[in-house]
Amino acid sequence: MELDINDFRGLLTAVTFFAFIGVWAWAWSSRRKADFSASAALPLEEDTYITNETRENV
Amino acid sequence: MDTKSQYNDTVVRQFTIMVVVWGVVGMLVGVFIAAQLIWPALNFDLPFLTYSRLRPLHTNAVIFAFGGSALFATSYYVVQRTCHVRLAFDKLAAFTFWGWQLIILLAAITLPLGITQSKEYAELEWPIDLLIAVVWVAYAIVFFGTVIKRRVKHIYVANWFYGAFIITVAILHIFNNLAVPVTLTKSYQIYTGVIDSMMQWWYGHNAVGFFLTAGFLGMMYYFVPKQAGRPVYSYRLSVVHFWSLIAIYMWAGPHHLHYTSLPDWAQTLGMVFSVVLLAPSWGGMINGIMTLSGAWHKLRTDPILKFMIVSLSFYGMSTFEGPMMSIKTVNALSHYTNWTIGHVHSGALGWVAMMTIGSVYSLLPRLYNREAMYSTKLIDVHFWTSTIGVVLYAVSMWIAGVTEGLMWRAVNDDGTLTYSFVESLKAVEPYHGLRLLGGLVFISGMFIMVYNVYKTITAQKAVPVAVMDPA
Repeated sequence: MELDINDFRGLLTAVTFFAFIGVWAWAWSSRRKADFSASAALPLEEDTYITNETRENV
Repeated sequence: MDTKSQYNDTVVRQFTIMVVVWGVVGMLVGVFIAAQLIWPALNFDLPFLTYSRLRPLHTNAVIFAFGGSALFATSYYVVQRTCHVRLAFDKLAAFTFWGWQLIILLAAITLPLGITQSKEYAELEWPIDLLIAVVWVAYAIVFFGTVIKRRVKHIYVANWFYGAFIITVAILHIFNNLAVPVTLTKSYQIYTGVIDSMMQWWYGHNAVGFFLTAGFLGMMYYFVPKQAGRPVYSYRLSVVHFWSLIAIYMWAGPHHLHYTSLPDWAQTLGMVFSVVLLAPSWGGMINGIMTLSGAWHKLRTDPILKFMIVSLSFYGMSTFEGPMMSIKTVNALSHYTNWTIGHVHSGALGWVAMMTIGSVYSLLPRLYNREAMYSTKLIDVHFWTSTIGVVLYAVSMWIAGVTEGLMWRAVNDDGTLTYSFVESLKAVEPYHGLRLLGGLVFISGMFIMVYNVYKTITAQKAVPVAVMDPA
């Protein structure tokens, strides 16, 4: 059997579909939980300004 | 102490100030051409003041100067904070600032002179295009250079969105602008006919999808949690919605070419992908809005959060409206009418500008070691002028668009057109007036912002910020 362009298109659709399911499974896996929580906390960190009072501590 | 232990906030401050400057300039041009549509004599019979030359100046100024500066500023800020490391390559980062300002200046000179490639949102001629490519590659090196030397394990989701925006815009810009130069100010596209159209709208719609959406989602994923004081509602959703959004946006371009000589299957493909796009778009909108769950009371006292939540609401509305307008039967009514203009502005003013303004108000005090902006009351006033301005703009353009669409398609029993074009023009004139009013109300808030920003940055000297220890 020879593969033509339409078989390739069908194949690509299937691959993309399973890639989507894969991303979903990866993101919802419980093993990701700790990493994700650590990342989600990043925007909440506060800046430390380097002023004359804080300079020694930095 | 050495600079390695401090964040590079100089370039962030420079871009942030220019956000405000270019916002005012770009919107002023917009208000002026809105007035020209009512009083054509406002071109004063001067070629460089004609609508056709000022309109691209307006779009380039608001998208690439205002929006672009906002993306540079926030991405440089966010990537440093979330990677716990100073921005890579100080000199290259400075080059992106001065290079980008030079490009804007060149655009402001060449577009009124009528020097153009005549491709929407890609009007700038080839020497400027080359400069854009160079600056953009420098931007990519600075951004990804910083991500590579990060001192945290995971790459925060905002950086994924910024990264996708930077890579995709490079590809879009380079391939859509392939041209054969004949003189310094004139070139010919290498694509012809319908291929040229398809390339143009592959570029054009992905400029919306990646410049005006992915980039600003990056901004949203940092500044909404920051301002709300809560982590993003669902980090898992942000991952799935990221990959879906970037995979699907790429194919939506053909909906700009419904009922043209573009092959029918390509039109249908564009329509289907545009409709599917609703899902990842709303994934982002829901994720942003739900970040406030449990903190809704903050909306009562924090106008910056109000900016962000209304921005996300406009994002949700325009990403519902867009898929709907991409359906061929709806498009048959809406295409070429003012409805499109209304749609674009509920996205550009409602989503992009309001998220930018909220983020700048959130960012600026931090850049100048202050607790808050000079006046929170004035932020609230600005919030209401923005909201009322967008609503006036969008509503007037909806009415005008549907009116035009219905008048253009009306036929008599004998098959002749019921209305002449000029009759439809006459019918929408009041709505052009209402749109001008909306624009004036919106820009009045920008002037309030200029005052508030000026008072904030002149009151206190900027202080360096220490790089956070590795997580």
